Amino acid sequence: MITWRSLFKKFLSDPVALCSGIVLLILVFMAALAPFIAPQNPYDLMQIDIMDSELPPSWHDEGEARFPLGTDEQGRGILSTIMYGTGISLLIGIGAVIVQAILGVTLGLIAGYKGGWIDAFLMRLADIQMSLSTLMIAIIVLAIFSATFDANVYADYAIFMLILIIGIAEWPKYARTVRSSVLGEKNKEYVDAARVIGLPARKVMWKHILPNTLTPVLVISTIQVAEAIMTEAALSFLGLGMPVDKPSLGSLIRSGYELIFSGSWWITFYPAMVLIALILALNLLGDWMRDVLNPKLRRGED
Amino acid sequence: MAMLEVRDLHVAFPRGKRDWIEALRGVNLTLEKGERLGVVGESGAGKSMLAFAILNLIAEPGRISQGSISFEGTNLLELSDRQIRDIRGNRISMIFQDPMVTLNPVLTIGVQMIETLQAHRKISKREAHKLCVDKLKMVAIPSAETRMDAYPHELSGGLRQRVVIAIALLTDPELIIADEPTTALDVTIQAEIMALILKLCRENDVALILITHDLGVVAEVTERLMIMYAGKCVETGKTREIIDGPSHPYTGGLLKALPQNAGRGRKLYQIPGSMPPITNLPSGCAYHPRCEFATDRCKGGAPELVNGVACYTPLKQAEVQS
Amino acid sequence: MHILAFLIRRAIQAVIVMFVISLIGFSIQGNLGDPLRELVGQSVSEAERQLLRDELGLNDPFFAQYARFMGNALQGDLGTSYFFKRPALDVILGKFPATFELVLGATVIFLAVSIPAGIYCAINRTSWFARIIMTGSIVGISVPVFLTAIFLQWIFAVELGWLPSSGRGDTITLPWGWDTGLLTIDGLAHLILPSIALSSIMLPLFIRLIRAEMMETMGTDYVRFARAKGLSTRRVRYVHAFRNTLLPVVTVGGLMIGTLIAYTILTETVFQWPGMGFMFLEAINRVDTPLIIAYIIMVGLIFVVVNTVVDFVYTLINPMVKLPGAKS
Repeated sequence: MITWRSLFKKFLSDPVALCSGIVLLILVFMAALAPFIAPQNPYDLMQIDIMDSELPPSWHDEGEARFPLGTDEQGRGILSTIMYGTGISLLIGIGAVIVQAILGVTLGLIAGYKGGWIDAFLMRLADIQMSLSTLMIAIIVLAIFSATFDANVYADYAIFMLILIIGIAEWPKYARTVRSSVLGEKNKEYVDAARVIGLPARKVMWKHILPNTLTPVLVISTIQVAEAIMTEAALSFLGLGMPVDKPSLGSLIRSGYELIFSGSWWITFYPAMVLIALILALNLLGDWMRDVLNPKLRRGED
Repeated sequence: MAMLEVRDLHVAFPRGKRDWIEALRGVNLTLEKGERLGVVGESGAGKSMLAFAILNLIAEPGRISQGSISFEGTNLLELSDRQIRDIRGNRISMIFQDPMVTLNPVLTIGVQMIETLQAHRKISKREAHKLCVDKLKMVAIPSAETRMDAYPHELSGGLRQRVVIAIALLTDPELIIADEPTTALDVTIQAEIMALILKLCRENDVALILITHDLGVVAEVTERLMIMYAGKCVETGKTREIIDGPSHPYTGGLLKALPQNAGRGRKLYQIPGSMPPITNLPSGCAYHPRCEFATDRCKGGAPELVNGVACYTPLKQAEVQS
Repeated sequence: MHILAFLIRRAIQAVIVMFVISLIGFSIQGNLGDPLRELVGQSVSEAERQLLRDELGLNDPFFAQYARFMGNALQGDLGTSYFFKRPALDVILGKFPATFELVLGATVIFLAVSIPAGIYCAINRTSWFARIIMTGSIVGISVPVFLTAIFLQWIFAVELGWLPSSGRGDTITLPWGWDTGLLTIDGLAHLILPSIALSSIMLPLFIRLIRAEMMETMGTDYVRFARAKGLSTRRVRYVHAFRNTLLPVVTVGGLMIGTLIAYTILTETVFQWPGMGFMFLEAINRVDTPLIIAYIIMVGLIFVVVNTVVDFVYTLINPMVKLPGAKS
């Protein structure tokens, strides 16, 4: 078993992991402290002036020092919208993964522990859902949702809908991982022993099996956050996710990308770079963690 | 001149950046035409390594770091890729341990046989097909003609090993290296397959290197023996002589451990301890921690192979003393 | 015999899947927007509305309406698009060739790059070029498809002006009514950027998968035995190792169909590619219910067909698996 201390030591000695960790830390801090350190509050209409719209980054001739990365068409500073937007992207990503993990771990434990038709049914369902793909399911559900409800209602609930849909659609990944490690642990002596002394099934599952399945869960979680953020960005880009007045990184890109043709590249470019940096850092960190904690798990399979 | 002559063969694997670990530590071997040699030792002794090294098939990142392998006068280690391919599967064939994983699951038996012939002979598909069926008949595979279109998973383990033997014999090789050819099979079939290999080698005057951990098997099949321990040859000589009177304490231990030597109702003998991993060899003679005759001299230096045994306290003397 | 059993099983599965999808589609029809407003606008009085509702059967019980919906659907009538004023099925079939050719273009790029790159990286694990590909692939996995599309469009269409930025370009209508862009230079030029964008995430994913699988098969006993038989390196790699690598690749490929369809929506949106995905998003914005339903049913159908084909291909290349349902 790897201790936290040795894990941390390995982390410090791996330049790629260390860099990803630092980038991630910076982005998280930037997002968490946005209300205090952002140059403007882009949601406060009093601070926005339409006269400032589409200003280029400050090192350009027409740029202004107030807006280091320029402004969008409503005159909001790009740096500020990015800081707030990163927060929303992270919130949805982490929220969705928590939903996934709770749902997936529970169902995976049940499938692995109970076996029989429950297991067969759940795994078949997982197969179908996985091949339908999260993004496709989310697009269809959100399409119906957004067409059914009024735009204002939709805007209020979008964040919860996104967390829920991405959370529910991705449960099979956790369920499969947990199930296979439960099957591995199930026949070990300590579980038998617990059953022999008369502990009820549920207690055995939670107390004994769960801790042993935590490592693989931890390993996939990092990559799952990256994927959830990516899915959210795609949905918001299609106009099915976060509304433009409460933008995530994806909605920022949506609101800016058509302006590329008129030369205002910065409105799209900077949020895009932050989005890529965020996903890449999470992916690299996830890869590193998988290599260190569980060399058997491989991406592209299960 | 002997047909095959291996001199001072070393095989090494990298550990870390500049550190190499030796899996074979200077092995010598001679084999005459048509002669059958048994290579015996526990798993991890380097027997299979020796087999693969002869065909220059050591898996990356391992490599032959020293020594020479001369086959009919040419040093195999100096051959180009193309030249060594002309020898592999043509003049020297191999039989692998587990027939369940030796044949490619997605190709038919026919394809896997014909490709071997066509790699070495200028021959039409039809002729090759006919030759392959003949060989399948030779290894006593029932309805050989239809088996050509079968996939490996449609055959039992015993039949698959017969197919592997047929492939090994396809090109009328001068030498077959069989790496534990019966260990993965059902006990009932083991003797059959071993008898088949022996018969075919005799009839076709093919030399055989039989790698096994079972002294009982080599006693029936081979003429000479080579006992390996931790990447080295510890004893070599005529099979009969070694079985009747082993010199090395390790060989003695192996013989004593045979079930048929354990007398009725007596407990099976077991050599104490286990073979050290090549990553962590003891000083001196690698066997000394398990040897009941070990002296301080054994801990200090490794004995050379003299008169067929590499031991400072060979059994015959030790027994005379005790 | 096996094939027949397989097809029957598959047909039953397809019917079940399509039934569920039609149920979803139908319940959308009942709840999404007000078909009357779309048809006649706001200026009609309430009494006239009621009359029209009765006439259209909108006041009938749920199952009566569903039965009618299914009956019509089976005859190829999925309703009339509010926006195009044409049968929804016609509209979507008219958009199908564009999406199909986009997927085809992406598949060609993706196969032509991922297989050689994956094999190369497996064989030359430590070479610097393989390392660059592997590093590039993890970066590639981390760039969302729509961003790749935007960047490609920005760099090659807007800044450099080498390739057209949107649309399909010139198309030729084939005798059976299929509009193809593959036969004109303009059409092909328009296809390049969207195809690259669509293949952009699958590509690194499959390079990694092929590399991993190839490395595994290269270490198997049967590959070693193939080498011991004296076969040429080429034959060992491509006949013995690669054919076994294909099995998991086809499986994972089958799992990616849903993702691929979702990506066509993203790609088509960025390049305003006049395919089904672009049409679908427009239909959502216009609350064009019949078209939304038609798209969902179409996607379900494509999904079922492609999955069947993938399963079939899998059984063809893997002799160890008899067709599902006919296990020995």
